[in-house]
Amino acid sequence: MKFDLNKNTVMNLLKAPSIIVLFLWMIVPLSMTLYFSVIRYNLLNPMDTGFEGLGNYEFFLTDEAFMPAVFNSLILVVSIITITIILGIILAVLIDRTFPGRGLVRVMLIAPFFIMPTVNALLWKNMFMNPVYGMFAFFSNTFGLEPIDWMSDFPLVSIIIMLSWQWTPFALLIFMTALQSQDQEQKEAAELDGAGFFAKFYYLTLPHLARSIAIVIMIQMIFHLSIFADILITTGGGPGNESTNLTYMIFTNALLDFDVGIASAGGVFAIILANIVAYFLIKQVGKSLMA
Amino acid sequence: MKVKNIIKTSMVAAIATLGLNAGDLTIATVNNGHMVEMQKLSKTFEQQNPDIKLKWVVLEEGVLRQRVTTDIATKGGQFDIMTIGMYEAPMWGKKGWIKEMKFDASYDEKDLLPAMVDGLSNDGKLYAAPFYGESSMLMYRSDLVANAGMTISDNPTWGHIQDVAKAIHNPKDGVYGICLRGKAGWGDNMAFISTMANTFGAQWFDKDGKPQLDSPAWNHAANFYVDLLSKYGPPGSSGNSFNEILALYNEGKCGMWIDATIAASFITDPKQSKVHDKIAFAQSPVAVTSKGANWLWSWALAIPTSTKNATDAQKFVSWATSKEYIELVGKTNGWGKVPTGTRKSTYENQNFKDAAVFADAELKAILSAKPKDSTLNPTPFVGVQFVTIPEFQGIATNVGKQMSSALAGKVSVTKALESSQKSADRTMKRARYYK
Repeated sequence: MKFDLNKNTVMNLLKAPSIIVLFLWMIVPLSMTLYFSVIRYNLLNPMDTGFEGLGNYEFFLTDEAFMPAVFNSLILVVSIITITIILGIILAVLIDRTFPGRGLVRVMLIAPFFIMPTVNALLWKNMFMNPVYGMFAFFSNTFGLEPIDWMSDFPLVSIIIMLSWQWTPFALLIFMTALQSQDQEQKEAAELDGAGFFAKFYYLTLPHLARSIAIVIMIQMIFHLSIFADILITTGGGPGNESTNLTYMIFTNALLDFDVGIASAGGVFAIILANIVAYFLIKQVGKSLMA
Repeated sequence: MKVKNIIKTSMVAAIATLGLNAGDLTIATVNNGHMVEMQKLSKTFEQQNPDIKLKWVVLEEGVLRQRVTTDIATKGGQFDIMTIGMYEAPMWGKKGWIKEMKFDASYDEKDLLPAMVDGLSNDGKLYAAPFYGESSMLMYRSDLVANAGMTISDNPTWGHIQDVAKAIHNPKDGVYGICLRGKAGWGDNMAFISTMANTFGAQWFDKDGKPQLDSPAWNHAANFYVDLLSKYGPPGSSGNSFNEILALYNEGKCGMWIDATIAASFITDPKQSKVHDKIAFAQSPVAVTSKGANWLWSWALAIPTSTKNATDAQKFVSWATSKEYIELVGKTNGWGKVPTGTRKSTYENQNFKDAAVFADAELKAILSAKPKDSTLNPTPFVGVQFVTIPEFQGIATNVGKQMSSALAGKVSVTKALESSQKSADRTMKRARYYK
């Protein structure tokens, strides 16, 4: 037997089952979404069928909620990532030095990340931001100020606050471990050369953290483009469309209007948007990894 | 061969353990007090019918609607009995998704309130058995109104209600003139706003299905609503629906409240209400017409055509909506807690009348609601605070968002109605009601 010649074929054959399964795993839902997005299919009116072409896309893109939803999606992603990275770095640098009770402080700082999104949302909505019995209202009243009705006056900001609270620990965790691998001798050498705290931070710590920052950005982007539970539980996308993001808008179409066609068209658009964002981010991230 | 046999036997075993038993009935229902009670009391039914086992899926209203609708539209067949509302019953009956109700003589179908039967029927065929029914009415604090030197007649006008709200509004002492629903949702703020629009002479659609939200009557009604609630309502009204207002009312913070008649049973309950003995009732206020001023709703039990246990399902539905069931609740939990709004005999029962001070007002409200004639100008559509067409849910959800936004002061009423009209028009065009 000429075993050598067949080696590649055998290897490919052995790999094939898993590759085929993975491919089907991806292509079946995707092609179903594409199929639904070009037909008329409303669950409440299933007799009304037919090929719709790009009609569903047109309907989705000309919806009044559409532009706000896209912007809100982007605002949420960008602001939460920015806030969590800045806070994460500050906290990571602060607890990098040894002090009594450091272990306890670390655990407490990381704790919010282990709270479920729905619980997190309820916690903030009821215990902090409620204008009648929330903590914030209590403090406002103590100082004789008018309590803020967070959910209706600053819906998007409220969601950004609660998600930043939840995700800062994630950034912190990554940065903390990254800082542990920082070269201490380099730091000492810099100190001997007369570098101050900020110089050390800017020229040594920050470049050292570049890769971790890139990872935090990528992972958070994946999660934050599809924020849903927090919006559903707190603001319900309102008032108006002020806190509706793309995911929530698709939910509205699919499960409040029961229009599978339009919701699928929205889903396809969300895939496209995610790819655009990913393209730019990965380019940036790639750069920082090279550096 | 052997391997095949092993697979076969294990599959059979797996199916058996999944419990796909023919005698099982899967019931989907809402997590309202009355339905939770039904689940508890269903042990009696199981004792009477030892060959039927009940399985319950109890969900919050919105989630229930999503589950049940997707299931029935895709012919999923997960449920043998579904709890649906007056909005779904006639539409689904027409499509042949749910079975026509067939009762035996002991059920006394004539005893059901005609308004409920009308609302749950299509073409004269009843498609769901009313388990609980309600209308809306005005509930007010008789002490506050008397102190202000005012009176409220049984059929007040909106103008008068505004005057009363002004007179009793006293935010310094934590009393707000009027509490109304403001939270966005077709079953939340829009249920109330639709009744208000009806009585101001407005309607959702004209005879061709063209939305009328940009009409002067809608504008008048919506402006009146936003103005009244912003001036004499509690803060944060745009987030209030039934439960939020109930909490405020029980704390004595609301002077007047127009909402579901069922609210009366909670606010007159000394166990939860601080103002239980200072409450009076009146019919919903009217403006230019009395048509459609108060809503009509029912949670009803229906049997999907996809079920394999239709006979058993019908047996359970008949039991849960029977006179005997109401009596069972009365005896076990007290007559103040029976599901109301379904049968004449309930309102003739002295035990119930003694326990429920609101009985007469509720019955009057229910009897005066006419789903087929609830707007000033005639329309071919059915429903008081909703329109029984599939597109309504989506349209009203969106209008609800706009209204709640206008109430929060984010946009003007005119702007909110304009954008409501635009989106409603898009949806109706897409559904091919007109070109």
